Amino acid sequence: MTTKLFGERVQRREDLRLITGQGRYVDDLGNGALAAAFVRSPHAHARIRDIDVSAALDVDGLVAIYTWEDLPERVRDPLPLLIPHPALTHGRTAYPLAREIVRHVGEPVVMVVARDRYLAEDAAALIEVDYEFLKPVVGIEEAAQGAHLVHQDVPGNAGAHLVQEVPSPQGLGAGEAIDAAPHVLSFRLDFERSASMPLEGRGVYARWDADDRSLRVFSSTQTSTSVRMAIASKLGLPLPSVEVIAPDVGGGFGVKIVHPWPEEVLVPWAAMLLGQEVKWIEDRREHFISSAHERGQVQHVRVGFDDQGHVLGLDVTILHDHGAYTPYGIIVPIITATQLLGPYRIGAYRVEFTSIYTNTVQVTPYRGAGRPQGVFCMERTMDRIAAHLGLDRTEVRAANFIQPDQFPYDQGLIFQDGRPLIYDSGDYPESLRMIKELIGWDGFAALKAEAEARGRRLGIGIGCYVEGTGVGPYEGGHVQVTSDGRVHVSTGLTSQGQGHETVFAQIAATELGVPLDKVSVVTGDTRRFGYAVGTFASRAAVMSGNAIALACRKVRDKALRIAADALEADPRDLEIEDGVVHVVGNPGASIPLGTVAVLSNPLRYAFDEETKRATQFSGVASMDRPPVDEGEEPGLEGRDYFSPVRSTFASGMHAAIVETDPDTAEIRILRYAVVHDCGRLINPMIVEGQIHGGVAQGVGGALYERMVYDGHGQLLNASFMDFLMPYATEVPYIETAHLETPSPLNPLGIKGAGEAGVIPVSAVIASAIEDAEGITIDRMPISPSDLHELRALAAS
Amino acid sequence: MGEALHEITLTVNGVLREAKVPGRRLLSDCLRRELGLTGTHVGCEHGVCGCCTVLLDGAPVRSCLTFAVSVDGHEITTVEGLSGPDGSLSPVQRAFSECHALQCGFCTPGFLCSATALLRDNPSPTDDEVVEGISGNLGRCTGYQNIVKAVHRAAELMGDEA
Repeated sequence: MTTKLFGERVQRREDLRLITGQGRYVDDLGNGALAAAFVRSPHAHARIRDIDVSAALDVDGLVAIYTWEDLPERVRDPLPLLIPHPALTHGRTAYPLAREIVRHVGEPVVMVVARDRYLAEDAAALIEVDYEFLKPVVGIEEAAQGAHLVHQDVPGNAGAHLVQEVPSPQGLGAGEAIDAAPHVLSFRLDFERSASMPLEGRGVYARWDADDRSLRVFSSTQTSTSVRMAIASKLGLPLPSVEVIAPDVGGGFGVKIVHPWPEEVLVPWAAMLLGQEVKWIEDRREHFISSAHERGQVQHVRVGFDDQGHVLGLDVTILHDHGAYTPYGIIVPIITATQLLGPYRIGAYRVEFTSIYTNTVQVTPYRGAGRPQGVFCMERTMDRIAAHLGLDRTEVRAANFIQPDQFPYDQGLIFQDGRPLIYDSGDYPESLRMIKELIGWDGFAALKAEAEARGRRLGIGIGCYVEGTGVGPYEGGHVQVTSDGRVHVSTGLTSQGQGHETVFAQIAATELGVPLDKVSVVTGDTRRFGYAVGTFASRAAVMSGNAIALACRKVRDKALRIAADALEADPRDLEIEDGVVHVVGNPGASIPLGTVAVLSNPLRYAFDEETKRATQFSGVASMDRPPVDEGEEPGLEGRDYFSPVRSTFASGMHAAIVETDPDTAEIRILRYAVVHDCGRLINPMIVEGQIHGGVAQGVGGALYERMVYDGHGQLLNASFMDFLMPYATEVPYIETAHLETPSPLNPLGIKGAGEAGVIPVSAVIASAIEDAEGITIDRMPISPSDLHELRALAAS
Repeated sequence: MGEALHEITLTVNGVLREAKVPGRRLLSDCLRRELGLTGTHVGCEHGVCGCCTVLLDGAPVRSCLTFAVSVDGHEITTVEGLSGPDGSLSPVQRAFSECHALQCGFCTPGFLCSATALLRDNPSPTDDEVVEGISGNLGRCTGYQNIVKAVHRAAELMGDEA
């Protein structure tokens, strides 16, 4: 019996420092560093005529002012287009500081460095930028008409156009299949912008060591390895001279996967140039207008189906608003287009999207990353089919499910990783059975009627999704056992609250047979692990979890080989329990893992009592073999990588009961239920926490959050006063049940859990409001005023 | 044209602390920068998110909406001061960990301070009172469910210890 921790509700190892105020977020570091602040464009679209800094020069504590003209080669170049795609024919990225044209409110124009942030902002406020106004392009459909352009060399404001088609089993195209279907519906859906909105904004702190010409950068990022490569490239430094560390990060939810941000290039550059530490911490308004948003889409749907609700053909045309620039390519609309199909096996499918420039903040993935829009589309479609046919909404869904014996199931599309969209495993009928039972679907009609008799209006809704998780290309893990018996695990991807220090330690402790408190985990520190992709797409547990497990297995094998030598036993007769290697059935014949670590490193010099065992006159070494055997390396450590052939596919179903107020149109969620399948659970407590947080963000997106731009491209609600994120008063109690269909694609059988909670919420709430009101819901979010207007419209 | 500095004396987490600050220095910045207590976080700088909540003479306040000079002579408790002098965790701190009431931890110090004040005034709150008591704090990770659970758990722990 080895130490079994995988699957247990282990308390988090991160918590102690975080509940005692000892966390290390980027702004907690570098107290004496110079502070940067930015002059940002107040206009959505303008030409910079002149920048006059003279009034700022007298500010006490001012150190430097930089405009684009001041930047050297490479630093001054446009930021990289991170994910090129053949369909992104007109990809455009921003300059780190605006060059001639600004294309959204909030675009950085001037960088100021001063003794502290107050003074830097004093100086920034005194810098005069003279702008010539250009016509702002706002609104997806207005932009798509192309009357005015965001980039003069991008006709129609169309950055990308992509069509994917899957013919029906009979070889019909979607159009033909729809035309031939007994029933056809067509409609339009609207999805507003929201944003990741972590409580900690972005932040960068750079230390340049002029003596050894090395740079250490701390960034609140979801990918420290890639920030490191970008900085080395931009600043022309050798990669080994640059280290990037993601310290404690106060939430990411997608926005911090984008990199390098202008500030991630400029702050280290200024630190090098000035020979002093420089730090920039984003304030909330900056986060609203200078980072990234997501979600905004208009969808046009045509669907053909038979009398039982089988979808015979589906044609979806999407207009996607990607804002002013495309640093993250077209990942979001690709995910919408491909994950739209959810758990369903439909006839023919055709999806087309056009990704449009507007003079607004750029759009990059926010938790869910295009899936909430796709699921909204598919689930609204299912509800419309059910309404048209007079069938129960769950029956229509069940009629279209991929069955458990049909896995692996190929949807015939190309996914966001450039690989085929093939579902690995799942059990959708069981998931539906569970969610119906959990929410009380079959008994709801009676509940609703009873409420109605008392003047209350209730509705029930459901939403199903499939989420491609754990995308490649790879992650790695390094595991080292030291002579004190401690296990040091590192992986390159980063953490923003997911509990990686705990779950990766659970995996390592289980694999190595050591107590949990002997294991420590470091993530997102390039000094410890230089190769990584990053934390996004619900991939950390799948990718790094498996990489760490594989690295542990290497270490375990090596430990058993060395221990077998020392114990004169067969490695196959050994096991590791509680950090001690012993012969099965003979606990007396044992050696602690720490001692194995000592023996793994043949020494000339002893530095303590324990290490004397490994020195050259200790008598343990065989005289017939070299001290380090061929093919071996000194040290009890191992490194391995996990690179899957394709994504895993988690899935789930949510249901909710809402009440709408007949007078005020207030919408209250009375119950919210989740059935979730992310394969094998490493730590159910942490998975549930991820679900809760996701659902809360989903509730925000369904009922409250929208980025309100006016026709001039001004974001009118760029503060927490005006952008309504849910408080504890707005989030319902979430009832959760787990289904575990292991993934066959990785050794641990896990899928991802990070984004799941948020994905179907808008669809579920729309479904429930529609059920309560009998009014078609075709947009999200729905505020009481929206509902009031829809009621008035329906009544007229 | 350097700014005029004001000498202030605060009792922070039971310790008398002195600082020289410009009149416009926010209490949050003074705590973090002048006094090195970085446990108090700043999430919005306009008094909405509650990350910067500290206890001023026992009452929760937004330290980002408070000038440091305006609390000269007062008592402040920050997250660093919630544990006992021997480092033992307070019931609220223990309950937050036990109930998985934090993820990224950035909003947590504010919640801990709010919950501490809530339970001191109302040792056995109802569900509605807990939700009301933490409704001045924004979080983006937890969905609040486990925070509500943790506040109840902390009440239980405090009851056991009383």
